[in-house]
Amino acid sequence: MYQFNYHKPESVGEARSLFQDADDPMYLSGGMTLIPTMKQRLAAPTDLIDLSGIPEMTGIDVSGGKVTIGAFTPHNLVADSAQVRGTLPVLAEVAGLIGDNQVRNRGTIGGSVANSDPAADYPAAVVGLGADVVTESRTISGDDFFKDLFETELKPGEIITKIEFPVPTRAAYRKFPNPASRYAVVGVLIADFDGTIRVGVTGAGPCAFRASGIEEVLNDNLDPAALDGVEVPDAGFNSDLHASAEYRAHLVKVMAKRALEDLLNG
Amino acid sequence: MKISLTVNGEACEVDVSNNTLLVDILRTHLGLTGTHVGCDTSQCGACTVHVDGRAIKACTVIAPQADGMNVTTIEGIGTPDDLHPMQEAFRECHALQCGFCTPGMIMQAIDLVENNDNLDNRSIREGLEGNLCRCTGYHNIVRAIQSVADGG
Ligand SMILES: Cc1cc2nc3c(=O)[nH]c(=O)nc-3n(C[C@H](O)[C@H](O)[C@H](O)COP(=O)(O)OP(=O)(O)OC[C@H]3O[C@@H](n4cnc5c(N)ncnc54)[C@H](O)[C@@H]3O)c2cc1C
Ligand code: FES
Ligand code: FES
Repeated sequence: MYQFNYHKPESVGEARSLFQDADDPMYLSGGMTLIPTMKQRLAAPTDLIDLSGIPEMTGIDVSGGKVTIGAFTPHNLVADSAQVRGTLPVLAEVAGLIGDNQVRNRGTIGGSVANSDPAADYPAAVVGLGADVVTESRTISGDDFFKDLFETELKPGEIITKIEFPVPTRAAYRKFPNPASRYAVVGVLIADFDGTIRVGVTGAGPCAFRASGIEEVLNDNLDPAALDGVEVPDAGFNSDLHASAEYRAHLVKVMAKRALEDLLNG
Repeated sequence: MKISLTVNGEACEVDVSNNTLLVDILRTHLGLTGTHVGCDTSQCGACTVHVDGRAIKACTVIAPQADGMNVTTIEGIGTPDDLHPMQEAFRECHALQCGFCTPGMIMQAIDLVENNDNLDNRSIREGLEGNLCRCTGYHNIVRAIQSVADGG
């Protein structure tokens, strides 16, 4: 790992201006992705701006029909939160399925969402639940947030401060984990908002997306059997040593079916 | 940079460059070599220590993050004459062979037992997701953790 200058701002505004003034800065959240990347010298920021000292960025709030998670909140706090489990259990479940316990104790929702790893779990929830990603300057709809492989709608220096999840009538998440890393080869989150179905998919494409074909079918007929006839096109899907694009397309259907069974039985 | 942290109940101060890893602070600067480095890529869990009582990977924490941390290592949980119940269970169940993964396994196992009720074979195995052992095949490790979880 190369040397860097280290800063620990106490407010979002201070973080923002430190970013402005530095040569080639990066924000540091839980570090579970960034530190390994710096060790490999795939990232070599001149300045690290640590977001851990900003109180307003940590914590969970359940009110006004929304579950709001501060960007610096670690995965295990979400997974173990009685409030989240009570109001939006699917989000606690998604958080609890990330990586391993040690990673969940440090890794944060803001870091995960900002990173837009194609195999990350939280993005399926942001897209599938139609969350709002809130930054210091604006609110970005979950539908517009993920752009491509490790690419998001965030502008340079923009900070995710919190993520607001609307509460559906019911929802379920199923993932096919990579047996070594636990990252999602494919993960599908299905949410039912008073009869309107949303389907978020991670792992399959370069970034998380809504499976509109599946949504259409399920909006007509909320039955796992209805998915049998659905074609999931694999154009643009990831193909690597873990799974071919064709296999990923197959997994989207299988995971969607299992998630729907959980949703209906839940 | 100078950083202060509490390790196994003792206040420590070290002067390190800011790209130093917590695991190197423990091993090189404080001489606590019970915490191991296996992969150095956040995968194997050999470097697992507790921060405020929760298991984390010390190879994925940099010095400035460690400033002010309250860390417990394998050296802090028991002594050869007075083993921690988890250490005792590992010995009793023959849950180690070469021993390289063992400190990290034990630190994660303690977190697992302290933070989960009704542990069974499956949930213990899932709980060891972040810890790799190349020797034992895990069976006896799971047995050891189960015995502590069951209060034995
Ligand atoms: C062994 C292992 C297994 C894992 N398995 C999984 C898994 O199964 N599923 C999964 O989803 N993830 C997995 N992860 C990734 C983990 O969830 C990370 O915690 C997460 O991707 C990044 O979060 P972080 O807080 O560690 O962010 P960091 O590593 O600190 O930052 C990641 C990136 O986001 C930027 N950033 C951070 N916070 C903000 C913010 N608030 N605003 C703007 N930009 C920001 C940083 O500059 C950096 O570019 C795994 C990681 C490891 C090491
Ligand atoms: S050395 Fe830290 S996880 Fe392997
Ligand atoms: S006992 Fe040898 S690696 Fe686990």
